[in-house]
Amino acid sequence: MATETIEILDKNGIDRALTRIAHEILEKNKGIDDLVVIGIRTGGAYLAAGLHEKLVDIERQDVPLGMIDVTMYRDDIASRSDLQVGQTDIRFPVSGKKIILVDDVLFTGRTIRAAMEAVMDLGRPQTIQLAILIDRGHRELPIRPDYIGRNLPTARNEQIKVNFDERNNPQAVLLLRS
Amino acid sequence: MSFNPKHVLGIKELSQEEITFILDTAGSFKEINTRDIKKVPTLRGKTIVNLFFEASTRTRTSFEIAGKRLSADTVNISASSSSVVKGETLEDTAQNIEAMHPDIIVMRHSASGACHYLAERLRCSVVNAGDGTHEHPSQALLDAFTIRQHKGEINGLTVAIIGDITHSRVVRSNIYCLSKLGANVRVAGPGTMLPPGLEKMGCTIFKNIEDAISGADCVMMLRIQRERQGASLIPSVREYARFFGLNEQKLKLAKEDAIVMHPGPINRGVELASAVADGAQNVILDQVENGVAVRMALLYLVAGGDKLQQN
Repeated sequence: MATETIEILDKNGIDRALTRIAHEILEKNKGIDDLVVIGIRTGGAYLAAGLHEKLVDIERQDVPLGMIDVTMYRDDIASRSDLQVGQTDIRFPVSGKKIILVDDVLFTGRTIRAAMEAVMDLGRPQTIQLAILIDRGHRELPIRPDYIGRNLPTARNEQIKVNFDERNNPQAVLLLRS
Repeated sequence: MSFNPKHVLGIKELSQEEITFILDTAGSFKEINTRDIKKVPTLRGKTIVNLFFEASTRTRTSFEIAGKRLSADTVNISASSSSVVKGETLEDTAQNIEAMHPDIIVMRHSASGACHYLAERLRCSVVNAGDGTHEHPSQALLDAFTIRQHKGEINGLTVAIIGDITHSRVVRSNIYCLSKLGANVRVAGPGTMLPPGLEKMGCTIFKNIEDAISGADCVMMLRIQRERQGASLIPSVREYARFFGLNEQKLKLAKEDAIVMHPGPINRGVELASAVADGAQNVILDQVENGVAVRMALLYLVAGGDKLQQN
């Protein structure tokens, strides 16, 4: 069966979406105080680095950046064939902070549920806010994003792929239909 | 790659890629041990039975902590306080435990092959925590993890292992593990403690400690197992210490940045002089610390994944 590939966002489109999300974050939180950015590995961590750069650019003030691997918190360990676990790298306290959780694609919401639990195990944040590049629908849990790059209603059998180059910069968002 | 074994019985059965995958997984789990809240929900609802037919402090505690930090329920059974003293056979004991539906049995036994024997007969997973003089896979993996932590890479390193080679399950697992990872493994010990056919395992045999540790990146000292056969194979403990013990002077023969390892428990003044055991080059407590992360990785890989689909 032939696979159809449709480009949803190109490099510039992704960049504009991240810029807008950065401004929305700063507007909603009235500045950069107490913000920390945490990306969900692996795609979310790459996007978090880009978003972090924009926040620092706009405010001229650094904010902590970390990444989190949620494998240990997943609810499907007993049925997964891929058991690879990545490193969690958060070298700052999360208690009392406003956490901006970043992921590339929001689908069932289960990854976000796991990520929230993983963050809460490290401390008691003031808030957790969710920034997402693509919201493709089909939620299985009561989770909604605070910042959305693009809303993209999809069919269940379609796939969303975010491509990154060798320096982990986002290149394109693709919709795969088979 | 991914690796999702039903049992972990020995290093012999593992490939280089599988060993590396276990070590990488352990690297990810290590971070949990330094958190304020040292617990993740990964193995919630899994039951792990530590079935120890031989005395053990380090390995049993390490497996128990590893299980608990992954949120599994762990139960310890030691032979001295179990129905084994009433004459029950290994198979009966294991079947009775299995009737209570554990997910993993971690076993140490004095008979080589005891874990393989159970693995063939039980539905649950079996992890070998040391069987007789055969293998001690988790020890070899934590040793490899510690060497990698200090040396960056294992490929091309020279590792000297000194002591009772014949009766050491640690050494057997280590020879398999380190040579698969590309290290040059040297062994030395008294003639009575060197088994025939050792070179077939891929290591070089030396008759004295000086030659074995010359230029080595890592010196691994083994315990003289006084509770086993050790005593009758050497004239005296003092003589052993003199010829095969590691002191500061002998250690100078190894590379300047060589690390000194020991699986514990140490016999101070026998295989390891106190000055070396407490010296700057020793990484013995790193080994113990890394043991928890490595065992978390093993329990996770054994418990996770869909075993039903595989079988």
